[in-house]
This record gives sequence, C-alpha cells and structure tokens, in this order.
Amino acid sequence: MHELGVVFYVIRDVKKVAEENGARRVESVTLEIGQVTGVVHELLRDCWKWAIKKEPIMDEAELVIEEVPAVTHCEDCGEDYETVRYAKLCPNCGSGNTYLIQGREFNIKEIGVT
Amino acid sequence: MGEFRVIEVKRSVFADNDRRAEELRRRLREKKLFLLNLMSSPGAGKTTLLTRTIQRLGGEMKIGVMEADIDSDVDARRISGTGARAIQLHTGGMCHLDADMTAQGLEGLDTGDLDLAILENVGNLVCPAEFDTGASKNAMILSVPEGDDKPLKYPLMFSACDAVVINKTDVLPYFDFDMDRCRENILARNPRARIIPVCAKTGEGVDEWVGWLREQVEMWKR
Repeated sequence: MHELGVVFYVIRDVKKVAEENGARRVESVTLEIGQVTGVVHELLRDCWKWAIKKEPIMDEAELVIEEVPAVTHCEDCGEDYETVRYAKLCPNCGSGNTYLIQGREFNIKEIGVT
Repeated sequence: MGEFRVIEVKRSVFADNDRRAEELRRRLREKKLFLLNLMSSPGAGKTTLLTRTIQRLGGEMKIGVMEADIDSDVDARRISGTGARAIQLHTGGMCHLDADMTAQGLEGLDTGDLDLAILENVGNLVCPAEFDTGASKNAMILSVPEGDDKPLKYPLMFSACDAVVINKTDVLPYFDFDMDRCRENILARNPRARIIPVCAKTGEGVDEWVGWLREQVEMWKR
C-alpha cells in the first residue's frame, strides 16, 4: 500500500485546517479508516512518526485510528452482511449481485488543537 | 497556551485528488487530448504492448508516452526508439501517480499537437487503482503467468479499468490459466470491462486492442 503517500496527504490537509482555524499546535489527528482499504495501521503509524517530525506545527501530534467495518449489500434479497467474512457472495441467498456500502473510507474525522 | 479544542474535519483524504483529477479530465476534453492510464504488475508487458501500439497507431495519430517509475529511464529509452515522444517521470519512491503528478507530467511532455497521451503507471496492482490520475480511460494488463485468480486478489484494480488486456497468450499451454474462469472473475467485479486477450510479442490479438483504443480516442474528440 501507499501509507507514506497517504500520510503526506493527511499532513497537508491537517495543516490547512489548523491554519484556517488559527491553531497554534495540532495535538491529535483522528482518522476513520475502512476495514478493506488495505491500509496497514502499523505501517501508517511508522510513516506518521517519521513524517510529522518535519512539521513544527504538528511534530508531536498523536495519531488516532478508528476502523470502519466493511459491509456489503445484496441487491437481490436486501441483506447487509460482513464483507470480510463472506466476500462477494451473499450468505443469505447466494447471489453475487452485491456491492460494498462501507469499508473503503479514508477520512480525517477531527483534529485536536491548542 | 491556548485552550484545547476539537475541530471536526470530516474530509476524505482522497477528495482533494478526486477534485484535481476531474479538473484535469475537463482540461483534456477541451484540448481534445485523450489520456490513457495503463496499469499492471511489474513484468506484465506494458512497454512491449505500448511499442506495438505505437507502431500500429503512430501513422494515424500523434502519440506521447509518460513512463512512471520509482527510478531509472529504461522504459522511456525503449519507447523513444519507436519515434513517439517519451518522457520519464520519477515518483521518488511513491508507489503510484496522483492527478497533480500526472498534470505536471503532461506539461513536461508538451502535448500541444498530441492526440493520444499514454501514462505507463508504476508497476503495481494495488496503489495505482486508489488514485484517480485524471485519465480519460483506464486500462490494465494481466499476463498469463500471473494467474487467473488475480481479479479476486486485486478487485479494486479490476473494477477501476475500462479495458483488461490479457497478455502473453502464447504461454497458455504451459500455465494453469483458465481464460473462461478469468473472464468470469473479472466480469463479476466489473461487468462493463472490455476483455482483450493478446500476445504483444507475436502481435496476436493486438488488432482488437488497437481498435478499442482508436475508438476511445475518436469518441473523446467528439
């Protein structure tokens, strides 16, 4: 995956929001990460620790990760089910006419600033 | 010390890239320049297929190629040999290109008189699928030795592509690769995908691929 690239995007966005809100320091950043984004949390944290050192406004910012469970919806029977457990085929009716409704999020939820 | 406070952001990290990609696509339409984003794993045959493609289409349209790699200029040298304009983009360690990097690359390519620009993305089936480059269409190459189960393992890549080229069909007898099963696996993720088996080395099937690409370029210019 592209954890380092994603960290750079997050830092760019967080700095912008912090500046717009007249914050002096960013103390924490909370991300919502979908279960099936493929992002490796440990790797993301390692990249984070390395990348924030170059950013004085957030060089000690804590990274908080909230995982969003992956859910798939079946068009044929209307059932919502756990994507990771059952994948593409609906466990209720066996249909493959299904699509992911959540689990690919990569959002900055909020930041804590002083 | 200021008071600690929480600012709600609620913003997708990819939203900014998506917006820039849409902007780039709009500019490409205005300029009537078709941009193809070509993706695959390393060694699937992107550069060989591109060389064939340029040989076939070079007489009827002006083509430019951007070769994205973490380092080296091996591919750009190979493409330059075909007479097409080629530049090398170095991603500096990044595993994919985003819309901004693509836009910068297009500037470097000098696209004024081009009909078709092809972006050879970094060889990787995961990351490039996550980032919209702003291309008119996305295509990927899956080569026979990689196996017919790849659409199951990298579903996002297969669902992001308008065309899937299955390359190296000449080695089908030596691999446990079931073409029908592969088609099923692709179409389950992406019912609209155009699947084109080719052998870039011998030229077999390249007609269909070139036909698809020509049609896309013509439609884009309308």
